[in-house]
Amino acid sequence: MTGLQISDLSMRFDLPNGSSIQALKDVNISLNEGELLSVLGPSGCGKTTLLNIVAGFLAPTDGQIELNGHRVEGPAAERGMVFQQGALFEWMSVRENVGFGPRMKGMKPDEKRKIVDHLLDVVGLQEFKEKAVYELSGGMQQRVALARCLANEPDVILMDEPLGALDALTREKMQGLVLKLWKETGKTIILITHSVEEALLLGERLIVMAPRPGRIHKEYRLPFADLGVGQDLREVKKHPQFAETREEILSMIWNMEEEIMGRTEGTDA
Amino acid sequence: MTLLGELWEELVEVLLTLVSAIPYVIGYVALILLTALIWRLVKRVLTPKKDYVSLKTVTFGDESAVVSNNVASVVSIVFLFVLWGAFTGSKLLPGFLHAPGPFIGDASFTYTVTAADGATDDATVAVRVYPNGADVEDITIEPGEGFAKNDAINIVAYRSSLFRVDENDELGREDEAFITAVDGQALESGGSVAMDFGRVSMTPRGTLNIYPSTGWQMEPIWLPPPEAVWSRLVEIADTGFRNSTLWEHLGFSLFRVIVGFALGAAVGIPLGYAMGLSNWFRGWFDPIVEFMRPVPPLALIPLVIIWAGIGEVGKIILLFLAALWIMAIAARSGVSGVRISKVHAAYSLGASKWQIMRFVIIPNSLPEIFTGARVAMGVCWGTVVAAELVAAEKGAGMMIMTASKFQNTDIVLMGIILIGVIGFSIDMLMRQAEKWLVPWKGKG
Repeated sequence: MTGLQISDLSMRFDLPNGSSIQALKDVNISLNEGELLSVLGPSGCGKTTLLNIVAGFLAPTDGQIELNGHRVEGPAAERGMVFQQGALFEWMSVRENVGFGPRMKGMKPDEKRKIVDHLLDVVGLQEFKEKAVYELSGGMQQRVALARCLANEPDVILMDEPLGALDALTREKMQGLVLKLWKETGKTIILITHSVEEALLLGERLIVMAPRPGRIHKEYRLPFADLGVGQDLREVKKHPQFAETREEILSMIWNMEEEIMGRTEGTDA
Repeated sequence: MTLLGELWEELVEVLLTLVSAIPYVIGYVALILLTALIWRLVKRVLTPKKDYVSLKTVTFGDESAVVSNNVASVVSIVFLFVLWGAFTGSKLLPGFLHAPGPFIGDASFTYTVTAADGATDDATVAVRVYPNGADVEDITIEPGEGFAKNDAINIVAYRSSLFRVDENDELGREDEAFITAVDGQALESGGSVAMDFGRVSMTPRGTLNIYPSTGWQMEPIWLPPPEAVWSRLVEIADTGFRNSTLWEHLGFSLFRVIVGFALGAAVGIPLGYAMGLSNWFRGWFDPIVEFMRPVPPLALIPLVIIWAGIGEVGKIILLFLAALWIMAIAARSGVSGVRISKVHAAYSLGASKWQIMRFVIIPNSLPEIFTGARVAMGVCWGTVVAAELVAAEKGAGMMIMTASKFQNTDIVLMGIILIGVIGFSIDMLMRQAEKWLVPWKGKG
């Protein structure tokens, strides 16, 4: 069986003061190969916990994750990860960063160079390959992070707010790049984001999560990612259904936040 | 209560000393402000620069607008040497810059003896003040008329001299004849009379004490002039000190520091890594490291001497201990400081534990380790000098300690300057190495 199966996933951990937190409860997601899933939700809904479990950095208290038929039990090269920022190795040049995965596998240098050169072309950083990563702008650094992840040819790419730290213009450009890379490589991608627009533009599927306990609130199947390929993303945003869905999700998340506020105020009183 | 009282007295003494220094401090600050003012005027004459910083209107409170002024640094150093030269009568300075020196040359005064019957007689004392170590001839004098006879005395500059001028007189103390005046001014026991060349006072027993003026300059035994220190340096570099050349003394100190530091780093860095990577190691060594860290290495000298004697081994053990804890703590915080996202990224790129260590944790900890190494080298250099002060046959510290016992202040000063220069050079080298080896420091 190909694809990613997340079944009955629950996560509950104890706090030092004796109470415990239910971070995730009965999360079920089935992702086919090549699908792009956006995950949205208010702070504290367990998005990042979910991603860390899929990446293998955390062990769930219940349930399991299967990728292409085998169980996920720790981090591995088949599940690549792109972080918000600060995950590049600043002691390596751009080229060495992108070639890190192949190097860990023990790939031959000329084979590695071919992969790295190709990916640097794809993300448009060929002329910066000898630079240190700290000499690059934030947007360029995220391009390096994307290329580094792709160089390893993972089956699934997990993105934890990869564009969250970028300015609005760079962010739009990078959204186009992510969309392009997804279509060209056909990778399965899970994208966590705080931006409803980004989730709508990039996600073929979209999950809105609710907090306390973290769970799936609503699921969408969206046409915008397909529309957006090879097109100006701003045109996609003018689509009437886009605005409608955006408003619907925004008010959904808004209500959740209100409810949290109300609940904490209630307990405080 | 007695302890409190003693401490209070000490405190009062310290405060009084500080208060007496206030006028000098005010003068120094005034001089700094004056030079600043002069520099501002000079700059106005020069073509004004229009770089970004000079166009800032807010400079007070803007940290980036405050950079070290090189002119001020040069003036400050030059002033320091001028001050040094002025108060030591340095030949490098033109004479008019010298502070008033001690009186040197011939002078004389008269004293009046009053006999028991009321008769008085005057006699002259010729005083010749000569620089220490110079050849001096006695002044020849005629005894003169009357019962008081003329005298002559040679006095070394900066010294005073008790002189029984009535010893050669016909009437002395045993005849109830006493000195009652000097240069026509009445003088009693315990009093003193000012002269052109200094002053003359009388002890309770009636002996004259002659104080030629010492001026404002420092005696070479307290502070030798710069050129004396320089010529000492040349001399010792040439002929050595206490059976060893200067390079041996400095080389031995450096050798101890480098070996002690290298051993401390060789043990401390792995220890720090172990503490940063394993709960058990952290728990095991935390109490030891946290206890040993605040113990100054100098406090260990007595124990090290008891255990290992005063040879090389003892000193290297001491420096090893001085570097060990600093390096262990630096390596520990270097490991703990790695961003978890970097480690996660490396794992999800397929790195093994060993590869994570080699490609992520070690390079990530290098900047911290370099900072620790700079601190450790500084501490080691200070510790080695102090250890050599206590006991050593060779070394920079031994050199200045031995010299101080023979009051060779020029060697002491030379040694202190060399120790400072070497310590500064070590720090500069470490900074340069840091720039070359860990250019990513602070860029994460």
